[in-house]
Amino acid sequence: KSQQNNNNYNLLNPFEETRGAKMVALTAEKQDHNLLSRMAAGDGHGENSAYFDGWKAYEENPFHPIDRPDGVIQMGLAENQLCGDLMRKWVLEHPEASICTAEGVNQFSDIAIFQDYHGLPEFRQAVAKFMEKTRNNKVKFDPDRIVMSGGATGAHETVAFCLANPGDGFLVPTPYYPGFDRDLRWRTGVNLVPVTCHSSNGFKITVEALDAAYENARVPVKGLLITNPSNPLGTTLDRDCLKSLVKFTNDKGIHLIADEIYAATTFGESEFISVAEVIEEIPDCNRDLIHIVYSLSKDMGLPGLRIGIIYSYNNRVVQIARKMSSFGLVSSQTQHLIAKMLSDKDFVDEFIRKSKLRLAERHAELTTGLDGLGIGWLKAGAGLFIWMDLRNLLKTATFDSEMELWRVIVHKVKLNVSPGGSCHCHEPGWFRVCFANMDHQTMETALERIRVFTSQIEEESLKLTKQMAKKKKCWQSSLRLSFKDTRRFEEGFFSPHSPVPPSPLVRAQI
Amino acid sequence: MKQLSTKVTSNGHGQDSSYFLGWEEYEKNPYDEIKNPNGMIQMGLAENQLCFDLIESWLAKNPDAASLKRKGQSIFKELALFQDYHGMPEFKKAMAEFMEEIRGNRVTFDPKKIVLAAGSTSANETLMFCLAEPGDAFLLPTPYYPGFDRDLKWRTGAEIVPIHCSSSNGFQITESALQQAYQQAHKLGLKVKGVLVTNPSNPLGTALTRRELNLLVDFITSKNIHLISDEIYSGTMFGFEQFISVMDVLKDKKLENTEVSKRVHVVYSLSKDLGLPGFRVGAIYSNDDMIVSAATKMSSFGLVSSQTQYLLSALLSDKKFTSQYLEENQKRLKSRQKRLVSGLESAGITCLRSNAGLFCWVDMRHLLDTNTFEAELDLWKKIVYNVKLNISPGSSCHCTEPGWFRVCFANMSEDTLDLALKRLKTFVESTDCGRMISRSSHERLKSLRKKTVSNWVFRVSWSDRVPDER
Repeated sequence: KSQQNNNNYNLLNPFEETRGAKMVALTAEKQDHNLLSRMAAGDGHGENSAYFDGWKAYEENPFHPIDRPDGVIQMGLAENQLCGDLMRKWVLEHPEASICTAEGVNQFSDIAIFQDYHGLPEFRQAVAKFMEKTRNNKVKFDPDRIVMSGGATGAHETVAFCLANPGDGFLVPTPYYPGFDRDLRWRTGVNLVPVTCHSSNGFKITVEALDAAYENARVPVKGLLITNPSNPLGTTLDRDCLKSLVKFTNDKGIHLIADEIYAATTFGESEFISVAEVIEEIPDCNRDLIHIVYSLSKDMGLPGLRIGIIYSYNNRVVQIARKMSSFGLVSSQTQHLIAKMLSDKDFVDEFIRKSKLRLAERHAELTTGLDGLGIGWLKAGAGLFIWMDLRNLLKTATFDSEMELWRVIVHKVKLNVSPGGSCHCHEPGWFRVCFANMDHQTMETALERIRVFTSQIEEESLKLTKQMAKKKKCWQSSLRLSFKDTRRFEEGFFSPHSPVPPSPLVRAQI
Repeated sequence: MKQLSTKVTSNGHGQDSSYFLGWEEYEKNPYDEIKNPNGMIQMGLAENQLCFDLIESWLAKNPDAASLKRKGQSIFKELALFQDYHGMPEFKKAMAEFMEEIRGNRVTFDPKKIVLAAGSTSANETLMFCLAEPGDAFLLPTPYYPGFDRDLKWRTGAEIVPIHCSSSNGFQITESALQQAYQQAHKLGLKVKGVLVTNPSNPLGTALTRRELNLLVDFITSKNIHLISDEIYSGTMFGFEQFISVMDVLKDKKLENTEVSKRVHVVYSLSKDLGLPGFRVGAIYSNDDMIVSAATKMSSFGLVSSQTQYLLSALLSDKKFTSQYLEENQKRLKSRQKRLVSGLESAGITCLRSNAGLFCWVDMRHLLDTNTFEAELDLWKKIVYNVKLNISPGSSCHCTEPGWFRVCFANMSEDTLDLALKRLKTFVESTDCGRMISRSSHERLKSLRKKTVSNWVFRVSWSDRVPDER
């Protein structure tokens, strides 16, 4: 099929490839006199994907309990909106954290001219402390290793620029956050080499899969990128697994990049173990290969403030990433606010505690609802989403079928969820469903819609199985359209998650 | 170190240049009126620190904007979640109107064609990614802002080919210099994608004349390439001339809505005009929809913080404030520049006559031992380490003639400026050249002034020839 260049090698699922070929042809036409770079004229930004239809459907008809009760409910946005009230209250009670209020304006000029790419020392210290807190104070972070970036989006791109040359590759376990296709590849020329994970073992990353991906890679592999807790799975890596990943990368002499953006979104008994903790337990670990990407967008629900962090154990990388941070520094106004906010120990403790409680509640609401309907979901204790199993609703075990089902969910059930194919999942039928970006009422409405949908399916399937009673093909009988199949609950399965990069099409509502 | 990319192991970041080394020296021993009166005075930082009081008093009168409220209600939660890369509509509208105001409302800017970026550093890099392949070249008039070596080339792989400008005509861009640069690029096997100018110029402190702008537009038209006009200093124009933007020229030549206008792009930022570099507010303005679209997506890598967008949209929407600010800003810059210029003159030093910017382009050729860059560097080291002034040597700005230095004046108090001038005068008088000057200072200044006047006359006479001069 269409393997235009190294960048698109082996990384597109069958669905994307055809579209990719079409897009290249179109853009070649559009490219007038070669006046735009290939980068600008092409679709490396990833937004020509069919998955944007879900966003568009939401944009055109967004749900509102009163004004648009039949609108599309946004379950594709991984945002933490559950503790905005706590944040607002703190900001109102601490006018000195702003450089614009009477209480804080004496700092206005100093902060307004501050563009030092080292960042405000108090900002780095506060962020370091926050990172320690969200890792249960089991490990120390050095404020001098903290480098700013334009959100985690900017952080990932900068890390790719630092660790890889155009044409090199990073291993990434599937399914993964779709934004990586843009963030790690678009302007850097770096490739992503998928490490396939299967539902049969709960999508765990195995050394066998890593080895296979590494050996078969057609590009020089420079590193392994993991997201822990995982997007879209919501699972956390256990200590042994993390150790094995560190050992694998160390042995091969490649980098390990751990995106820990969801660190503080663990709930229930789930424990988050950071790679920072694990390397303390590996005495001969080559720390020059260890890097963490972080952000306050998920843990604190502040995506609009663009606070991205690169934390590297490699001094040279810290140095150069810091120089590159000129391309995406955190606004000094924001640094000042965050420094004050995160230094308020009581507030931070309370915020983290409440956030986890509320996430757990909302998660339970969704999963209990799904359990009642016999819908499977991957057992996980973190993240702002669940990984939902709708494999038995597919007509055939193909991504075309998944797409068809997805369109029904978006346009008929009116829920924008994210199909696993967009996350490069190896198996069709999985969907990421976000729960932390809506209130209780909206969640109820969403569950009700799912209930109605599933009962319709049951009715139809009853009719169908009656008609098909005489056919004996195994593949058809295994496609029992019933949710009561207990086989689904053996491993504890998951719920869908929206793969779309941070709300690119979300219009201003302000 | 093959574990890291070549971007890391090379020094494409450009920070081994003397421009940045001077900064490092300043960091080690910064001047403070009370705590460190013998420290180094920072004159290498093009910052506008003259008008914070105006912004601070606006904040005091506008508590809602100051505390992230709308009609008394906190909108912090909404701002915290706002990450739309299209930017806040009211902010872009306010930016567009502010840009129009700076240009005397002679041209219009469509907010939909504005792409926000994390400072003009990010805006310039993003434009490069959109317009150039690795190995393509952009032509830049010398001397130019040293940061361009990093911003335009480092991660993009683009190249810069200089358009040599000389002191013989006040460093103006000429047709022959443009053609020479274009040919030089070809000799080097580089495809030229466009020209990038800074207008008003950094480090010259002069606005491009209408003649130069016409020349540039004609050039890019004939070569079918882009023109990027970095107008970051457009609001710092204090001379009696009006600032002429490339957008003015497009309008006057009736080129709006043509193919050519799609290849003209403006870069802007609030770092210099408003003195807010910490807030990281940059913008790209382009008439080409595809570029706007691509650049908007790329802005994901460096969006403007939503709390900053909100504050500044309120500030810039206040037309009473903006007109008062622009006027006062220009007054203060003018007066500060005069102070620097006359102080330098009393030390027997002249500058290029400037009408904009936060710095002067100072002529110290007469203080060089030899007419070489080695001598320039020697002089620079003396000024940095002995006189304790961090100024920027022309070589770091790729100037083709040794002996020129950029000296900033808007980032310090009057007293600090006076002290710096005093130190410089003492230094000059202590050198052989200085002693000569003090002996025949009267003669020398007279002849220097003549030179300055003729430079001035030269520039004015050119612009006189252009019809319809406003």
